[in-house]
Amino acid sequence: MKFNDTVLKELETITSRYPKKEAALLPALYLLEREFGTISNEGMEYVASLLDISPAKVFGVFTFYTYYRRPGTGKYLIQLCSTLPCALRKSEFLFDHISKKLGIKNGETTPDKMFTLKKVECLGACDRAPFLQINEDDFEHMTPEKVNFLLDELRKKQ
Amino acid sequence: MNFEPILTEYVKHQNSHTMDFYLSHDGYKSAQKAIQNFKPDELIEEVKKSGLRGRGGAGFSCGMKWGFVPKITTKPKYLVCNADESEPGTFKDRLIIEKDPHQLIEGIIIACFAVQIHTCYIYIRGEFVNGAHILQKAINEAYERHFLGDSIFGTGYKLDITIHRGAGAYICGEETALLSSLEGGRGYPKIKPPFPAIEGLFGCPTVVNNVETLANLPHIALHGADWYKNIGTENSTGPKIFGLSGHVKKPGLYELPLGISLRTLIYEYGGGVLDDKNLKAVIPGGSSCPVLTAHEIDTKMDFDSLIAIGSMLGTASAIVMDTSTCMVDALWNVLRFYAHESCGQCTPCREGTGWLAKIVGRIEKGDGTKNDLSLITEIANNMVGRTICVLADAAAMPARSYVQKFYSEFEEHVQMKGCPFKK
Repeated sequence: MKFNDTVLKELETITSRYPKKEAALLPALYLLEREFGTISNEGMEYVASLLDISPAKVFGVFTFYTYYRRPGTGKYLIQLCSTLPCALRKSEFLFDHISKKLGIKNGETTPDKMFTLKKVECLGACDRAPFLQINEDDFEHMTPEKVNFLLDELRKKQ
Repeated sequence: MNFEPILTEYVKHQNSHTMDFYLSHDGYKSAQKAIQNFKPDELIEEVKKSGLRGRGGAGFSCGMKWGFVPKITTKPKYLVCNADESEPGTFKDRLIIEKDPHQLIEGIIIACFAVQIHTCYIYIRGEFVNGAHILQKAINEAYERHFLGDSIFGTGYKLDITIHRGAGAYICGEETALLSSLEGGRGYPKIKPPFPAIEGLFGCPTVVNNVETLANLPHIALHGADWYKNIGTENSTGPKIFGLSGHVKKPGLYELPLGISLRTLIYEYGGGVLDDKNLKAVIPGGSSCPVLTAHEIDTKMDFDSLIAIGSMLGTASAIVMDTSTCMVDALWNVLRFYAHESCGQCTPCREGTGWLAKIVGRIEKGDGTKNDLSLITEIANNMVGRTICVLADAAAMPARSYVQKFYSEFEEHVQMKGCPFKK
C-alpha cells in the first residue's frame, strides 16, 4: 500500500503548511481514505512512516474520530442524524424505515456491501430535519418516500 | 421588527459565494481600508469599542481576546477560525461558509492584521464536506487577486490561510481541544492557563475566533464601532444569526439584533409552533443550555438576560418543543449526545455523562425509581466545574434544568413505570 507520486506531492504541499509534520495527520488520513476507500491498519502504518510518527500514535488518533471510514464500510455510507432537533422531526421513525428496507441494524452493512447504515450525532442542518448524508452528499427534509426513491436509484446505478 | 440583515444580506443570491459577486457588492473594501488606514492597535481598540462578543457560545469580548496576545514575541502567532460548528441545534456558521465565504475571509484578514498574524487555520468540521470545497475555492480566488498571500493589496502584509478538516468529534469545537486536533492529536482539551492567547497552537500565541464573530469584522471596520454599537443592547451589541429548529413552522436562520424576545423569534419569524400546537419548552441556544418553559419566552435573546434566568444565549440557536414532546425522552437524547462526545479525559465527565444518560434512559423506559430523580441532580452537581473543559457542564446543566422544571413529568414516568407519551 503506497501513494503514487502525485499524492505524495499533495501530501508534501499539505505538510509544508504546518510547522510540524505531525500536524498533517488528519489531512493525511483523509488522503488515505480518498485513495484506498477506507482506513486500514496497513494504511495507518504507512501514514505513520510518512509523517515520522509511531503507528500507535496514528491508531490512537484515528480511533478518536468517528468520521473516517472503517474497513468493511459499504459503497454507500448512510449517516442519519439522530440528535434532538432531528429527533423532534421523527428521525427515529425514518431510521426504522431505512433499517427495515435494507434489512440491517445500526452500524451494519448489507450483504452485497452496497449500504452501511449509521445513526450519527448532530450534522448541523437542524432546520432541514430529518437530515442525512450519503457519502459526501447532503439530503434534507427526508421522508420514507424520498429515501425509497434515493436508495432505489443508488442500487440501479451500482 | 424592521431590520435589514447585515451578515446575511446576500445569502439568498445564487452566486453569493463567488468572488465576482462579492466584489460587485463592495467586497474586500473593508479589509483594504483596515490595512491601509488603521494601525493594528487602532483596529483592536475599534473592535473593543464595538462591544463585539464571541458568537461561538461563550460570548467573550473579541477585542479583549485579541488584546491578550503579546505584542512582542519571538514566536509566530496564529489565528484559528473555529468552524467546527457542532452544538446540536446550531447551523449558522454553515450558512456563512457555504453562502458568503468571502465575508469570512475578509474578516480573517482584518483579525490577522489587527493582531499582526501571518498564518491562519480554518478548522472546519469533517461533515461540512461541501462547505470545505466552497471555502477552498473562495480562498483560491482570494490568492489569485492578492487578497491573500505575500503582499496583500500590495502593502507587503503577508497572510496565508489553510483549511483543516476535523473528523467527527464535537469536543473539537472547544478551543483547546481544537488546537490539540490541529496539532495532529486526539481532540483533548487542555488545562487553562496557559490560555491560547499566550500559549496556544504549537505552543505559540493563538487567537481562536468563531466564524460568525469574524464575519462581523468587515462591517465594524467599514462602518465603525459607533455604528455597530447602535445595534442590539448595551452589553450585547450587533446583529446575530438566530437559529430555529424543532417544532416550529418555519425552521431556519433569522438575522436580528441581539435582544429580541424569544417569543418574537418563534411566533413572528418562525411562524409559530408546528401544526398550531401549544408550546411546551424551548432550548434557547443549543442543547447545552438549560431549558426554558413556555412561560419564559418573553426573555430577551441576549447574553445577560438569559444568564439572569439561569440559562445561556449559547449559539442563539433555539430548539422548539410542543406539548406532544416527552421531556424525559428529550433529555435522554441530549445526554446520549454528551456521553458519546465526552473525550474521556476527566472522570466526572466520562462517567457522569454516561451515568446521566443511563439513569434518564431507564426512567424513560419505565425502570426508574423515585430516588433516580434526586440522583440526577446529585451527579450533575458533582460534574459542574470539576473538569478540564465545560463539556461536563454542558450535560449537567440541562439535566438539572429538565428535572427541576418538569419534575412532575419525571415523577409520572416513575409512577407509571413507562412513558405517558407512548401509548
